[in-house]
Amino acid sequence: MNNANLNLLIGLAMGLNLLALGTSRLPALIRAMSVQGVILGVMPILMEGHPDWRVVLVALATIGGKGVLIPGLLRRAMRTVQIDRELQPLLGFVPSILLGAAGTIAALALTHLLPLLPEHAGTLLVPGALATVLTGFILLIGRTKAISQVCGYLILENGIYLFGLLLIKAMPLLVEAGVLLDLTVGVFILGIIVDRIQRAFDSLDTRKLTALHE
Amino acid sequence: MNSILDLILRLDCWLLLAPLLPGIINKVKAWVAGRRGPPVLQLYYDLARLWKKGVVMSTLASPAFVILPAVTWVALLGAAMLMPLGPLGAGLTFRGDALLLLYLLALGRFCTAWAAMETGSAFEGMGTVREVSYAVLAEAAMIAAVLSLSVQSGSISLAVMLAPAMGASAVLLAAGLFIVLLAENCRVPFDDPNTHLELTMIHEAMVLDHSGPPLAAILHGASMKLLLFTVLLVQAVLPIGRLGPWAAGLVLAGGVLGVTVAVGLVESLLARFAFRRVPLLLTTAFLLCLFALLVAWKGGVP
Repeated sequence: MNNANLNLLIGLAMGLNLLALGTSRLPALIRAMSVQGVILGVMPILMEGHPDWRVVLVALATIGGKGVLIPGLLRRAMRTVQIDRELQPLLGFVPSILLGAAGTIAALALTHLLPLLPEHAGTLLVPGALATVLTGFILLIGRTKAISQVCGYLILENGIYLFGLLLIKAMPLLVEAGVLLDLTVGVFILGIIVDRIQRAFDSLDTRKLTALHE
Repeated sequence: MNSILDLILRLDCWLLLAPLLPGIINKVKAWVAGRRGPPVLQLYYDLARLWKKGVVMSTLASPAFVILPAVTWVALLGAAMLMPLGPLGAGLTFRGDALLLLYLLALGRFCTAWAAMETGSAFEGMGTVREVSYAVLAEAAMIAAVLSLSVQSGSISLAVMLAPAMGASAVLLAAGLFIVLLAENCRVPFDDPNTHLELTMIHEAMVLDHSGPPLAAILHGASMKLLLFTVLLVQAVLPIGRLGPWAAGLVLAGGVLGVTVAVGLVESLLARFAFRRVPLLLTTAFLLCLFALLVAWKGGVP
């Protein structure tokens, strides 16, 4: 019962991966990322039959951080630099969505080769995590705007979080809470950096950062 | 004797009901825009008018110019005979008829494209290129959809494939097939059936030089194709096989009407896409059907 619900949520998260790969609008990308964060935040409560207050607290912190705070910071950064489109990606939208879909299918088809615990064999946690990490990589590599790359990084982190859910009984959620704090600070700093890049180069194209000049 | 009577009734049903669908779509569009709109039976009047007219032949065109629209029309009618109609079953059914359906649709498109090239007009060549390049992606999605239905039911006969519902992947398949329906029938996000500008036409540009009875065959064939895809979509998604005969017939008719109204609403509420955005939408449809296939294959839980 719980497994079916969990798989549905992971399926939704995988759908959001493809949505993030296919959209050229930054608000849609940020929204896909934040909805994915909320879905991931709900999962620990669903996995524990009787969640104690610590699990609920971390779940709430995840939802608040990934679903509200970080997207809010990113939207503010987007408003200050006044861009809302990824116009010239290094990897086009159709190739990246096809690559993401191929990765998702490969993850689903090949997971049974991994030595998993029997209680994890029935869930989509591992393929979901692999597909999400791959989506993050594609976004990081294929996009040129700093904000899209940050979204790629955050989706990558979502995938790692999914992996972490496998160890929910062994690993203290404190570690995840620490990661979440780091992320929030990182995005906060990035909001400032994005503003600086925009002022120095009149563009957010990170390719310009590789050229040296006086 | 009985089967011949059944076949004739079925033919009449497809031939007479098909032109109703574009009428309903136009009525919905007019209603959303607050106009009165053309009568629902407008396409019947148009077909009757075109049938009485003569054919204008270009000096460049070979007799294929007149024959090919007829071939298209017959291919689409053959495809319609293969499509089961809920409790009535299909006119013809055998193992692997799903493949024949796909190939008949492809044959219809090939003949329309060939006929368009006959006159050597630049606009028709342009329309053909667009139609065929969209079709490459739409056909991939269509094949993935048929594959997922066949994996779900373990059969390659349409009557068996379409009887049960898809279960978990029904939503994915419905969305994918609806996009394919819009693309294959040149409806709005892909093509505007009301456009009068040759540069932006796709399907219309292909039939610019046809006139009289061949044009009537093309228009009637297009409406039959629309009905075919609507019936396919409704039967693939709704569990019609589990209902009693009367309920199934009512659900099928209601579903077809619902899809037609949905096409009209999409057409009123959405602008057509720029050409470079179309491949992304068609790829999305392909992926939706592919994931439906994946869910059907893995049965929800790997």
